[in-house]
Amino acid sequence: MNPLDTIKGTLIAGFVLAAVLAYVAKYIAGM
Amino acid sequence: MELMLWLDRGLHIFFGVLWIGLLYYFNFVQVPAMAEAANDSDGPGPAAIGKYVAPRALMWFRHAALWTWLTGFYYMMKMYGHSAWMLGVGEESIATTSIGIGAWLGTIMLFNVWVLIWPNQKKVLGIVSATDDEKASAKRVAFLASRTNTMLSIPMLMFMMASNHGLPLF
Repeated sequence: MNPLDTIKGTLIAGFVLAAVLAYVAKYIAGM
Repeated sequence: MELMLWLDRGLHIFFGVLWIGLLYYFNFVQVPAMAEAANDSDGPGPAAIGKYVAPRALMWFRHAALWTWLTGFYYMMKMYGHSAWMLGVGEESIATTSIGIGAWLGTIMLFNVWVLIWPNQKKVLGIVSATDDEKASAKRVAFLASRTNTMLSIPMLMFMMASNHGLPLF
């Protein structure tokens, strides 16, 4: 099942991606 | 130069709101409404939305996307320089890394608008000719690209804000 098929799945995927990328950004910036 | 940057930043925000506002309109309003209208045997059907609303919304949507990117590119190059495109590696600046990640997310989204959504929507709406199979396939690609952009908009907006206001979670 593709999470992008529902609005709920799309938004959850977006927030999960935001959290993961926040940690990636922190790592890159040496924080 | 100060005035140019101020104007450019204002336009970037204006076009960005127009772009993402219409993106959310498509995903939260128009797509579910057209599906409901298509399944409503007693209703007026989705034809009027497809003929009068969708082409107009798409016109503002794709041009807002382009101008959001152009004004953002100018602003980022003036304020942060090339290092933002390199995600600020080695600079130890969360602002540069944040605006860089936001800019790359926005760039992927611009690609999705002009390369995946618009050419496929032209087939779906009958602006260019296509067989029924091609229309079905185009509809799915445009839908997934639009949903991908909705998903990407969440981290993109977070990183745009983070360049000045800091990241959440820290």
